[in-house]
Parts: sequence; C-alpha cells; structure tokens
Amino acid sequence: MNISRRGALKVAAFGAATAAGARKAEAREKKMAPPDATGMLYDATLCIGCKACVAACRDANDLELEESSTLYDDPVDLSANTCNIIKFYDGGGDGEGEVSFVKQQCMHCIDPACAAACMMGSFQKRQNGIVTWKPDRCIGCRYCQVACPFGIPKFEWNSPIPAMVKCQMCLAKAGTTKEGQLNEVGQPACTEVCPRKAVIYGPYEELKAEALRRIAENPDRYEDHVYGLEEAGGTQVLYLTAKGVPFAKLGLPELGPEPVPALPVGLQHTIYKGFVAPVAVYGIVAGLVWRTRRQHDAAGEEVGA
Amino acid sequence: MNNGHGVPRPVGGPIMTPVMKLCLALAGITALLLIYRFLVGLGPVTNMTDGHPWGLWIAFDVVTGTALACGGYAIALLIFVFNKGKYHPLVRSAILTSALGYTLGAIGVIIDLGRPWWTWKLPIFFWTWNLDSVQLEVALCIMLYTAVLWIEMAPVFMERWEQEDDKPKLQEFSRKWTPILMKAMPWLIALGIVLPTMHQSSLGSMILLAGPKLHPLWLTPWLPFFFLISCIAMGYGMVVLETMWSRTVYSRYRETSILTALSPAMVVVLLAWVGVRLFNVVATGKTAYLFNLDRFSILFWLEVLLFLVPAIILMLKPTRTDRDRGRLFMASGMMVTGGMLHRFTAYWFAYNPGEHWNLYFPSLFEIFVTVGLIAAEVAAFMYIIKKFPILTGRPSAALPT
Repeated sequence: MNISRRGALKVAAFGAATAAGARKAEAREKKMAPPDATGMLYDATLCIGCKACVAACRDANDLELEESSTLYDDPVDLSANTCNIIKFYDGGGDGEGEVSFVKQQCMHCIDPACAAACMMGSFQKRQNGIVTWKPDRCIGCRYCQVACPFGIPKFEWNSPIPAMVKCQMCLAKAGTTKEGQLNEVGQPACTEVCPRKAVIYGPYEELKAEALRRIAENPDRYEDHVYGLEEAGGTQVLYLTAKGVPFAKLGLPELGPEPVPALPVGLQHTIYKGFVAPVAVYGIVAGLVWRTRRQHDAAGEEVGA
Repeated sequence: MNNGHGVPRPVGGPIMTPVMKLCLALAGITALLLIYRFLVGLGPVTNMTDGHPWGLWIAFDVVTGTALACGGYAIALLIFVFNKGKYHPLVRSAILTSALGYTLGAIGVIIDLGRPWWTWKLPIFFWTWNLDSVQLEVALCIMLYTAVLWIEMAPVFMERWEQEDDKPKLQEFSRKWTPILMKAMPWLIALGIVLPTMHQSSLGSMILLAGPKLHPLWLTPWLPFFFLISCIAMGYGMVVLETMWSRTVYSRYRETSILTALSPAMVVVLLAWVGVRLFNVVATGKTAYLFNLDRFSILFWLEVLLFLVPAIILMLKPTRTDRDRGRLFMASGMMVTGGMLHRFTAYWFAYNPGEHWNLYFPSLFEIFVTVGLIAAEVAAFMYIIKKFPILTGRPSAALPT
C-alpha cells in the first residue's frame, strides 16, 4: 500500500472543494416587505404600563394564565402562554428618562429566521407579511427557536402534544375583511385596547413614515433611531424609545442590518446551486468505484464498501 | 490478503455475557423512561428551555453521535482515495458501527422531537420542502444514509442466511437478492461517500442560523468545512479504537497496516483543519477573542490542540514496535475527543441565548436516556459480530500488527 503525495493532495482537494462555498458564499438577495405588509409601531414614551394589551392578547388567543399567577395575570416573560408582554425598565438613576416600559412580541421580520429554519414551512410569512405557524407540518424540532434572534417562538414544554406559540398579530384568530385588515375593528387585540395609542397597527410604510415623523417633530423626546427599520434586515414591528434609554436596555438585541438567514442560507445555496455539485460528485465517485470493481473482478479479487 | 485472517467470520460464543445483560438492562430501563417522556412532554424530564431548546440529545446523539459513526465514511473515503477501492478487512465492522450509530442518532431525534408523529411527511411531502432550511437537507440525508448503510450491510446478513437450511424462505430470499445487491453495490458505495459529505458539512452550516447567539469564533462560513474534516478525523479515530477494542476483547488480531498507512493522509486532514481554523480567525479580525482567557478562548485552544497534537504524533518516525500502536491509539483518542469537543461547543457551549437564560446542563433523565441508547447500540454490535461474519482476523496467538 503505497501512499503517494498525490493521494494526500487528493484528500486536501476534496475538503477544499467542499469549503469553496465558504469563500464565495453568494450575497443573498435582500428581501423587502411585501406590498400589503402591515405592522405595529410601539412608542415607549407613550406607554404607561397598564398591561391592558397583555390581558387582551390572552383573551383573543385563548391563552391560559401563567401557572405562577393564580391571583392575577402577572407573567414575567414571554412563554407558551404569553405572546405579548409589557416589561418595566428601571435605570436606577434619578434623572428623567431613566425608566421605561417596553412591549415584547413577535417582530414579524421581513426575512424571518424561523421561516428559513422550518423544514416544511410551518412558519411562513403569510398574508400582510405576518409570520404565522401552522401545526400540520411541524415536527417540533425547535430549530425556529435556535434561529430566532429575538427569542420569540415558544414551545409547550409541558404538553405531550406541544405547539409552537407566538404572536400572529391576531391573524390566525380573527379572519380578515376585504380591506386586508384583521378583525371586525381592523386590528390586533393589543393595539385595539391600548388607551394611550402607545402601540398602533397599520400599513407598514405608513408606520415607518409616522415613526420618522415623530422623531423629526420631537428630537428631544426620542432617541434618534427607529428600531426595526434596519435590524436583522428589518422587522414589521417598529419601536421608538425615550431619549437616554437605549433600545439595548429595553431588551431589544443589538443586531446588524444583515438578516440572520443570510449567512447559512447563502452558503447552502452556493454549495448546492442547482444541486449540480452533489450530482457531479456522485457521478464521479460512482464511476470510479464501478471501474475499480471491474478491474478487481478481472483480477479475481473482491471489492467491498 | 486471503491468507486466513482476511476472511470475516462470526465470533461465536455465548450471547448472554454479563456485559450484554448490563446493556440490555440499561436499554430496557430507557425504554420505560421513554414511555413516560411521551406521556408528559419534554419539559418535566429534561432541562431544556425556550432559551436552550436543544440539549444533550441533539448535541450528542445526533450532531456528535453520527460523526462518531463516520468510520464507514472515513474508511470508504480514505480507502477509495488511497487504496483504489480494494477490499479491506476493516470495512465490515466500520460499516456496521456506522449503521448502528446512525440508527441511534435517528432514534435520538425521534425522542427529542416535540411532534414526531408528522416526521413521515418529511421524505414524502416534497412540495412542502423549504429549500432554505439547512436542517431539511441534513434530515433527508441522514434518513437516506441510514438506509444505505443497512443495505450495504445486507450481504453480510444474507451470507449467513444462505447457509440456514432450516429456514428455506430466508435462504431463498438471500440467494435471490445477493447477486442483485452486489451489482448495485458500486452505486450504493458512491452514495455512502456523497451523503455523509453533504450532511456532515451541513451540520456545520445548520447551527450558523443561530447567528448572533453563536460566539463569533464559531460563527464562520468555514464551519461546514471544520465539521466535514472533524467527522473524517472522528471516523478514522473510531475505527482505530474499535479495532484495538476487538483485539483486546475478542483477541482478533487484524490487519491494521492500512490504519498506519493512512496516517499521512490524516496528518494532512488535521493540519488543514488547524491551519484554516487559525487563518480564518486572524483573517476575519477576530484575533482578540483568542486571548480573552474566557471559557470560549480556552475551548478554542483546546480544540486546536486536540487536532494539532495528534497530527504531530502521527508525523513521528515509526519505531516498528508496539510503541507505534500506542501512538496511534493516543492520536485517535485525541482526534475523537477533539471532534466531539468542536461539535459540543458549536451546538452547546458557544450558544448563548442571552444573559437571562441559565446555562444548560442535561438532566439525569437526559443523560440516562443517552446512556441507554449507547447500551442498546453496544448490545446490538456484540450480538451481530457473534452471529454474523463481520470481524476478520484469527482468534489466535499474537500476530504482528
């Protein structure tokens, strides 16, 4: 058995061929919100933390009370029973703007990582660009949870027939009117009940303009940034925060403009472009194995796997 | 090579040894535990959370276990490249270990899935396939490869069934199908090389979707390359360890010259891993992470050492004594450990869902189930090598390596 230098090179070449994709992973086409996209705009300077939206969400989606909260509804985090939550941030200082509320729910990404993860498309952007989950093709692998940079999809850990649970902007619940709006009053439960209009629902483009307009009119009131315009390729839920309270403090992760799926999906589509590489490698390997086997047959030797 | 110890023969001997009884007991208890798991869901029995949705069963049983089962792949690949496809006596046990390991991985997935009852749709409902999902490719490849491995094993079983005169149907079936299978074998062998190349590298791409939750040292487009190389190193290492194990336990002195002969190839493979790993970190401006002295930098250097040191050991000049075998054993042990560490880190230690989530550590239940699955695999291996012609080598006095 003579190991040639060339043989060693062949192994190296084999690995290198597979890795070639790593170097020239194609830039994935940037996704835009669909034309009929709707979304939500949450303005932390208007929210008074009454949690009417938390209760309304629970009613609208038939979510049980948190086990820990038998006296009244007081969830501490998003969970399989809580798709929408108001949290309180206390910066500890005496100055103005050091405290804030923040609402958390699904961000309805323009390029959602959960949908990129989902093998049979249980998670998908559906009507109005709203990301929804359908049970009939979900096998409960929880890759969506690994993928979501906001930690949104929740799994029913204590059920033998678990579902994935998250905000679907009341779409799955409500049915839509011909105007492409959601329920009888035309919006999700949380925006419907908000007494201060701290969270509003509407066409995505209008919400974007509204957010920018508020900052332009009151530059002293707001941080000069609309969270969700750029983050992770853009989200259909947008946030405004008070001056001096950065979004990171409110639990909104600092994310670049690159959508999370860009790297792995771009890589995958480069390596497997048109499925050419696997077929070609298969053809070459099969041909070579077949040829050596014929040679050995002629020589009266056995060939094994 | 047909001088007596190139021909595989059943090991024979009693089946119900104490080790076998222990393995069956562990596997049996695991089966009972699993009934409970499917009645109550995953929450009460595991330490997984919404923050850490993947635990030991994915990180070990699937991501690491299938790589440990890459002996069949590594040997097929290395023999194919270096030995021009010539039959080698190590192949059968390597393929058997692979078939069992992948089956274990598949069972591990089913246990871990929240809604396993829809899994059958996956290979059938092709119109629902999300081609953006790296996991889809991994899942389909692993399903197909597990089937391929058992079909590759089939001639071994049929070789024995052909001789069972008291079971005429089995005998007839074997006689009919063996020639057909042997004809199809080159096409299957090629699948057995292409499929693991695909899904073992894609296991690396798959965790990249964790994006910002993955530590920057592991969030690199080269991760599929590192995963592919690590599964070859782990597969090779496992074949060495398995060969030495059957040498010790079953006194099977087997032709191991190919393993020594393949070591230069492994040196290339290991050094490529180390070189690209370091170069990639420096080239992408992540050098600072290497000297943070936090657990991530330590894990990184540990990985690099566990790939570099075996390469150095394998480069040492052969002494042509027993010491060579000791070196090969040590190098293999390190490669296997290094590959395991790399995969555990990417899927577990380097995954950080945010500070408000506790670190994940598996529950006793999770650990016991994994141990039980391994016990079942060992039991199946012991049974099959005793009954079927898998191992080569003569159970006799010492032969030269």
